[in-house]
Amino acid sequence: MLDGLPGGLTFTLTPDEWRAVALSLKVSVWATLVSLPFGVAVAYVLARYEFWGKQALNGLVHLPLILPPVVTGYILLMTFGRKGFVGGLLDQYLGIVLAFRWTGAALAAAVMAFPLMVRAIRLAIEAVDPKLEQAASTLGASRAWVFATVTLPLILPGVIAGAILAFAKAMGEFGATITFVSNIPGQTQTLPSAIYSFLQVPGGDAQAARLVLIAVAIALLALLLSEWIGRAVARRIAGS
Amino acid sequence: MSLTVRFAHRFGDFSLDVAFQAPAGVTALSGRSGSGKTSVINAVAGLIRPDAGRIQLGETVLFDAERRISVPVHRRRLGYVFQEGRLFPHLSVRQNLNYGRWFAPRSPGESFDHVVGMLGIDGLLERRPGGLSGGEKQRVAIGRALLANPRLLLMDEPLAALDEERKAEILPYLERLRGETDIPILYVSHSMAEVARLATTLVLMDKGQVIRSGPAHEVLSDPENVPALGIRAAGASLQAIVAAQAEDGLTRLEASAGPLFLPHVDASLGARLSIRILAQDVILSRTRPEGLSALNILPATVMAVRLGEGPGAIIQLRAGDDLLLARITRRSALALELAPGAACFAVLKSVAVAQSEVGGAG
Repeated sequence: MLDGLPGGLTFTLTPDEWRAVALSLKVSVWATLVSLPFGVAVAYVLARYEFWGKQALNGLVHLPLILPPVVTGYILLMTFGRKGFVGGLLDQYLGIVLAFRWTGAALAAAVMAFPLMVRAIRLAIEAVDPKLEQAASTLGASRAWVFATVTLPLILPGVIAGAILAFAKAMGEFGATITFVSNIPGQTQTLPSAIYSFLQVPGGDAQAARLVLIAVAIALLALLLSEWIGRAVARRIAGS
Repeated sequence: MSLTVRFAHRFGDFSLDVAFQAPAGVTALSGRSGSGKTSVINAVAGLIRPDAGRIQLGETVLFDAERRISVPVHRRRLGYVFQEGRLFPHLSVRQNLNYGRWFAPRSPGESFDHVVGMLGIDGLLERRPGGLSGGEKQRVAIGRALLANPRLLLMDEPLAALDEERKAEILPYLERLRGETDIPILYVSHSMAEVARLATTLVLMDKGQVIRSGPAHEVLSDPENVPALGIRAAGASLQAIVAAQAEDGLTRLEASAGPLFLPHVDASLGARLSIRILAQDVILSRTRPEGLSALNILPATVMAVRLGEGPGAIIQLRAGDDLLLARITRRSALALELAPGAACFAVLKSVAVAQSEVGGAG
């Protein structure tokens, strides 16, 4: 579609390239949506409660941020692989296999993106005045209702920012994914894995460059979208 | 319905130990800042869980340390008006007002239109709290608390954050509220002017203890309480009926001891008013003074004399059916031989009574 770009770049993607792009989108959307409720819950607990082991939980959540991604992928493989402790149980009782499947890629992406998501949401929760939540409870709202009607609407911009940050991180996740679920075209070959594969093949540069442009475009789009949604939500909350 | 409060609680090195009764009407909790007033209503609200004691509203036990009862905040059916309003910024005024009704049991409580009309917030319903003035926010907060259909209203210095003009705007609404509802209202305030205008019962606190409680007019007109109230704020209230609006801008009122002339009071003829007279605005004379610019001279009898530690003295007077306080020097008290039973005249300057000290009688 954009024929005539220098270096013979064209934007008619091959079926393989399409598959990589589509798979990446699928993996990232699922990773983001499924981890979002957990992200909000963990952020809420970390922001609002003091309890024994809070620092341990905080450390665990942040671990994927500081560990080499390959190490995270290895731990996932040991835990969620078919012979892993959790993976074995999932396979045996629920028939769910994660290793070397796109669902595994989604799990790896979710784990890697989780700390970023939790940080953004936790900041938003800490900015909500607990006195407002107190006022809601004096008006008859139980804890769950206070959360649903006061806390959640007020942190919505932070939740959206966290979700989009997580989505962008999931789109770019490479190390843990390739370690845990390998690089199988059509199965687990996400956009970054595809770029990596093309770069391993002589003459694959042009294909890699096309995918790189797509990756850049998706990332920019996500960023703009998050800015736009965030501003719209903030406007709605401020009511001006 | 009546609220019975008796509890003890420790916060670090501050200990709170209080017991009082709040009948229907406005019960003011007053005292210096740091005396524990807000902690008391927070305990009643359930935001603080006392170490010991019992809090009961009518037949309902809200808290009983011995029986390990503590009704959760959201089931206590309260209306709590906070000092800073605490309106929900993401909801419109209408949604804020309706918030408590989502959770209140369906029962014929205050109607939305009635509350909105009483508080004069009809024009604000579709706006967001962010765009409201302080006075408007506070009126919405009061409406929100009322519409939750509460069995008890708690107000923590609801006017403290407002300037005098805004206070004057809201006080009449609170007076109307006192007249129209039969639920107990616990009202925390350190302003004697507000307390004198609104309170039917007064609980005076100091250092976490109740030092005096009883009907407001009794507590306020007792010279023994003057140190706790603050000598500049000491004063008692006269009940009077608006008798005439004179052409020169004065309003003539009839108190039980005689006529009173005040700068124009905006009230209809026949209205019963409560006028707070500060002790420091009263001059005493043993004989009826003549050739004096002050218009108000009320015959009175000395009821009690309290000599202070300094050069001052507080004299309690009975003028007709009302009790007054006068703050004079110890020297004058001795020179005039003011002793219980002595007849005298209380002289009040008309212009000494500020508009804000004139309120509807409860």
